[in-house]
Amino acid sequence: MSLVEIEKVHKSYDKLEVLRGVSLNVDRGEIIAVIGRSGSGKSTLLRCITGLEPVQSGTIRFDDVQVNAPETDLRKLRQKVGIVFQSFNLFPHLTAERNITLGLTVVKKMALAEAKEIARKVMVQVGLEEKLGAYPDMLSGGQQQRVAIARSLAMSPKLMLFDEITSALDPELIGEVLRVLAKLAEDGMTMILVTHEMGFARNVANRLVFMHEGEIWEQGPARAVLDEPKTPELKSFLGSVLV
Amino acid sequence: MRDFATSDFFYLMFAARWTVALTIVSILGGGLIGGVIMLLRVLPVAPARIVAIIYINVIQGTPLLGQLFIVFFGLAVFGYEVSPWSAAVVAFSLYAGAFLGEIWRGSVHAVPKTQWEASASIGLSTLEQLRYVIIPQAVRISVPPTIGFWVHLVKNTSLASIIGFIELTRAGQIINAATFRPMTVYLVVAAAYFVICFVLTRLSAQLEGNLRVAR
Repeated sequence: MSLVEIEKVHKSYDKLEVLRGVSLNVDRGEIIAVIGRSGSGKSTLLRCITGLEPVQSGTIRFDDVQVNAPETDLRKLRQKVGIVFQSFNLFPHLTAERNITLGLTVVKKMALAEAKEIARKVMVQVGLEEKLGAYPDMLSGGQQQRVAIARSLAMSPKLMLFDEITSALDPELIGEVLRVLAKLAEDGMTMILVTHEMGFARNVANRLVFMHEGEIWEQGPARAVLDEPKTPELKSFLGSVLV
Repeated sequence: MRDFATSDFFYLMFAARWTVALTIVSILGGGLIGGVIMLLRVLPVAPARIVAIIYINVIQGTPLLGQLFIVFFGLAVFGYEVSPWSAAVVAFSLYAGAFLGEIWRGSVHAVPKTQWEASASIGLSTLEQLRYVIIPQAVRISVPPTIGFWVHLVKNTSLASIIGFIELTRAGQIINAATFRPMTVYLVVAAAYFVICFVLTRLSAQLEGNLRVAR
């Protein structure tokens, strides 16, 4: 049984159909890179997996729990599925440490001392131990994004979703964030990442998924898909991004 | 007819304490109601939202003076004798509750939607999101309009004079009737209002500064 099982998912905003029957299985430990033009439904797909967006039809199952069922406790689900956004979305009124401990103390009812211990651990993991007491606006974009990753990791998720997490960063800050991702990948984390970093996708992802107009147009081993695109749409997409 | 004496001045200052008292109690009562109204407006429960919207529309769409009359004279018709003080407190609290509720709802909605998403995605419930993430940020946004409304409320408490509550304006009328020095009397009255409001706006500036430092 796969960790994530997405079957024939349709999603529309009013009349605009964003996902047109997407099916995708993700196994434990797999690293999937999702590429495609803006508006192809990549981000929406991630947001549907963690229940931030409702879907009109089809099923999304995570760890054998149906995400899009009304009786599903999304709070429980979200403790196991981390998501990191393009714009970091740290809580600006809280220190990096409190950003991380909030979910632990409030949702997991952990003692503050224990939560702080975990905060330190995940901040070491993203290489920012010395910034525990810093407020988000005192950090660079790359550092903020690493804190956001740490905040998700602290909940010890089984799956991490990354939604174009380097797109809002200055070019010189992208490397530090990608290094954190590469380390996570080495540690065996199951990840789905929507990305425009083709080089990174090629080196780190097991599987590459190309989305086009709300459908999975092409998928397969990352290198094979990038080197030998089968469809004209993927060819033209790859031609329009610098690889 | 007699002259405007020092004792008259102190009489006005004494009455000003009732203006301040009415304002403070209305701010507290209105704050309580406003908090509830804000919650009803932002929680994803349709019937609660409709109740709050009706309340806000009724209060904002009718004159404050009319509300005072309804509470003071209206309740008396049904055998509930209320003192001018109680009537004023009830009417001003209901009034402030509607306006503060709207101000605070606006402040909550001014917090970026991404903050709701980020807090939802670590598993917080709606009430926890409000308590730990949204309201702390909304408070900062709400300080200037909230204090602006308080200042507005200070001046509106003068309407309570019409139902016989002896606050600053009513005291001014009484002294004027005895001395017939309207210019002197009402200038003193106006100055007293100004001082109260000035203190409030200074407080606002201070509070904003503190919140900026304390995040």
